[in-house]
Amino acid sequence: MNEVLLPFLAAILGGALRVGVPFLFVSLGECLTEKSGRINLGLEGVLVLSACAAFGGSYLSGSPWIGVLVAAATGAALALLHGLLCSLPRVNDVATGIALMLLGTGLAFYLGKPLIQPQATQLPPLALGAWSDSPLFQSALQINPLLPLGLLLAVAMYWAFARTRWGLLVRLAGDSASATKALGYSVNGIRIAATAAGGAIAGLGGASLTLFYPGSWNEGISSGQGLIAVALVIFARWSPLRCVGAALLFGGAGAIGPALQSIGISSGYNLFSAVPYVLTLVILVISCRPGKVAQGSPGELSSAR
Amino acid sequence: MHRSVVDTLLPIGALIGALLLFGLFVWLGGVSPTETWLLLFKGAFGDWFSWQNTLTRAAPLMLTALCVALPARAGLIIIGGEGAVVLGGLAAAAVPYLTPLPGNVIGTLIVCVAGFAVGAAWIALAGALRQFRGVNETISSLLLAYTAIAIFKQLVEGPMRDPATLNKPSTRTLDEALRIGGIFGSDVHWGFVIGVVACIALGLWLTLTARGFSVRVVGGNPRTAQLVGLPASALILLACALGGGCAGLAGAIEVAAVHTNANASLIAGYGYAGILVSFIARHNPLAVIPVAILFGGFGAAGSLLQRRLGLPDASVQVLQGIAFVLILASEALRGVDWKAAGERFRRSMQPREVPLSSTVKPT
Amino acid sequence: MTNPLDASRRRSLAQLSALSLASLSPWALRQAAAQTPLTVGVIYVGPRDDFGYNQAQAAAAAELKKLPGIKVVEEENVPETAAVTKTMTGMVKQDGAKLLFPTSFGYFDPYMLGMAAKETDVRFSHCGGMWTEGKHPKNTGSYFGYIDECQYLNGVIAGHMSKSKKIGFVAAKPIPQVLRNINAFTMGARSVDPKITATVIFTGEWSMPVKEAEATNSLADQGIDVFTMHVDSPKVIVETAAKRGKMVCGYHVSQAKLAPAAYLTGAEWNWNTAYATIIDAARSGKPHPNFLRGGLKEGYVKMSPYGAMVPDAAKKQADDIKAKMTAGSFDIFAGGLKSNKGAVVVPKTLKQTDPELEKMNYLVEGVIGSV
Repeated sequence: MNEVLLPFLAAILGGALRVGVPFLFVSLGECLTEKSGRINLGLEGVLVLSACAAFGGSYLSGSPWIGVLVAAATGAALALLHGLLCSLPRVNDVATGIALMLLGTGLAFYLGKPLIQPQATQLPPLALGAWSDSPLFQSALQINPLLPLGLLLAVAMYWAFARTRWGLLVRLAGDSASATKALGYSVNGIRIAATAAGGAIAGLGGASLTLFYPGSWNEGISSGQGLIAVALVIFARWSPLRCVGAALLFGGAGAIGPALQSIGISSGYNLFSAVPYVLTLVILVISCRPGKVAQGSPGELSSAR
Repeated sequence: MHRSVVDTLLPIGALIGALLLFGLFVWLGGVSPTETWLLLFKGAFGDWFSWQNTLTRAAPLMLTALCVALPARAGLIIIGGEGAVVLGGLAAAAVPYLTPLPGNVIGTLIVCVAGFAVGAAWIALAGALRQFRGVNETISSLLLAYTAIAIFKQLVEGPMRDPATLNKPSTRTLDEALRIGGIFGSDVHWGFVIGVVACIALGLWLTLTARGFSVRVVGGNPRTAQLVGLPASALILLACALGGGCAGLAGAIEVAAVHTNANASLIAGYGYAGILVSFIARHNPLAVIPVAILFGGFGAAGSLLQRRLGLPDASVQVLQGIAFVLILASEALRGVDWKAAGERFRRSMQPREVPLSSTVKPT
Repeated sequence: MTNPLDASRRRSLAQLSALSLASLSPWALRQAAAQTPLTVGVIYVGPRDDFGYNQAQAAAAAELKKLPGIKVVEEENVPETAAVTKTMTGMVKQDGAKLLFPTSFGYFDPYMLGMAAKETDVRFSHCGGMWTEGKHPKNTGSYFGYIDECQYLNGVIAGHMSKSKKIGFVAAKPIPQVLRNINAFTMGARSVDPKITATVIFTGEWSMPVKEAEATNSLADQGIDVFTMHVDSPKVIVETAAKRGKMVCGYHVSQAKLAPAAYLTGAEWNWNTAYATIIDAARSGKPHPNFLRGGLKEGYVKMSPYGAMVPDAAKKQADDIKAKMTAGSFDIFAGGLKSNKGAVVVPKTLKQTDPELEKMNYLVEGVIGSV
């Protein structure tokens, strides 16, 4: 029994750590954007375009860290476009988000054609499992160097929202546009900045896809992580720390399918991969009340009203 | 110029801008922009083959756009049409499993109604969650879409799978007699007509009937609706059911006319494309028809661009993305009082008259 | 303005084609005189440079482009749905193509067959489809290679190199061609050591990089140390296996460049031979070749060079078997073969050309997995 259970658990753990990293970055990015009162459904486009840019950057320069920087910059640029568009009057942010998803993925596939064949220098893994004798856990704990960065970012964001001026401004813009204006700050300016920064963070998730796992540029590289970032943030109730847990959960759910197959169970795994979504829906149904906003959501967020 | 004329010309202007930008984009990649534009036109509307391609692509887009347009008029933003499409297709393929069907138009009708019903129920669920639990419908419809896709895959690969389809798991192929054929032998199937009829019917319903008007009031001004005593929840659920039903119908038609069974190729993003079509048509079912045809045309032209110019297949996606972004941005210019803006600009350009008192230096 | 990244690709394709052109040129010169111009359409399910299935087809298509009087139109990323009918119709009606190569397995039925029934003066050559006399129209045909011979040799090398006695196979879909490869790989390894087991994971699609990477990782977690695959683009699997420090046998084309320290050998296609036969028939008005098959003997498939880490004993055993296969005297599917469920599935020895093998629906003894 142990022979089967242990590899299975290691596979889930490894999978959660591997697949969860892009989820972590998109959820943190979307969290920042939504805290300022804007929803960005275009993170899928941001994710794919940054993934392509990261691969290209690393391939052309030979250094994966330059690829990471390029990814962050690309993510910021595309998200900036979203922010600017949404600050125009009468422009709907849901529609803009989806339009940018289309544009981002289109640009990525177009510009990424010459990048399908080559190999780019990958990010070096951090061997956290050296303490273990079991090669299983050793390999499950070969983690993405961006993961500690993501964790630091989550903590930093949590602290920033609570303590720093910038964090409070973002929250103010998200909770009450009129109060922000009364204090003399530009609501649009704060939201645009938060959206762009959120895009940069999500871009790191893209870098992790092509520079660590699966580590190759391909048109099938994203499995919709960007789009579901909105659900992740709701699941985490807009707290950067809970985003970490949400990302690991969604990542682990994605790893269940192949893990089950490798121990011989090959039926029903489609349903397993839907569990996080159903769970989020159930949480929403339980915690919401008509007329009241979802617990913890920024007041100005059009989607939570 | 009359403001409404300007308002109608805005999206067209944005489209022309998008084509120019796309031309610049391909030019930077070493391809001739003029050839690209010519091929785009040829591939979309150039010959009868292209027209058939375009119209076939436009058919599902019209119906999935309605899935966004109708709830939007009631004040909801639903983006989970994809879920309704796949479940509608699954339902259509499932009916023959449950009961024998007459092999004629009635049978096809039953299959389509099944798709409509399931799609309607799915989106109405999102509407109900919003009305009775306060759950945001954009998020809930998205989550429901993912759930629907998982259910679809599970059933198609599992209990409903045709054992002969090892290569690509599918349900049992629909009987020849139940399928939707081409219009007068062309490649364009009757689903296109169904789409057009649905758009026109629902457009007229919204503008001319009392119920349709009530839905618009609920969407446009919830407080007034409350004051007047309109049954908001019932109307919202109605709009969601009608919209979701259209998306489910799109799925059923794709199964009956194109794929002949339900399989993974049904998950083709029609739902998401429909969202954009609806927003550009400003949620007006009548305007959905030309917009859907336009974007169907872009998609149809993609093949020709690949074969003749060697452009990657994603080039059409880039064009569509640019077009959507520019058209959405042009919304901001809608309703602008150009005359007043022009006046303000002219006044700001004139040299200002400085009052004497301000030039006197304080002693 | 050409993309600088294209240059190295063109160079390697040029080198590949120079070699094959040398073998084609007398034929080409002979035919060049009395030939009508011919437009050929090639349809790929994925990108042409995927280091895998599509690249192998594209390499042969690139050869065609060099022939005088041949125009090649290509379309990539055409899914295995009704979309391919649109593509084929476009190529026939808009580009005037008279010979089409729909290269992906799922294009055959009903799309290509439906198209062929309507366009009777156009020839269709499908890769891998089960063309049957009397059932399928004469203007269609299929070509395929017995690459399971190469997978058997992959298995032999894997059998020598595996320390854990566990080898792994990442497969796309459980169709006969894929099962044939899984079985051949397993049998090749077990011919070295009968205690070896092969674990197979099906991803469900021809190209799903994330699932393929996850499958590779799961198998590696299970202790598997030599991998092979049957997916459209082995790139992700090769790189992931190499990252885990495992060894890999390639498929479709050589992926040695991607992981030189991990690449043992590989099973490769050589579609030039088949393409040349089909083109020749089309240009000279000969009947369309309906059923082309070949293995190592006919040059339809070949092996990648061995990696530096492969010991001489392993190379010798594999080369001996390869020589027998090339002479046509080695039967992989021998009589008495049992499936992994215990039943005897091959009562009498089947030759490579036996159509029974193209209906395979079992996994042999030693394979952990089910269809």
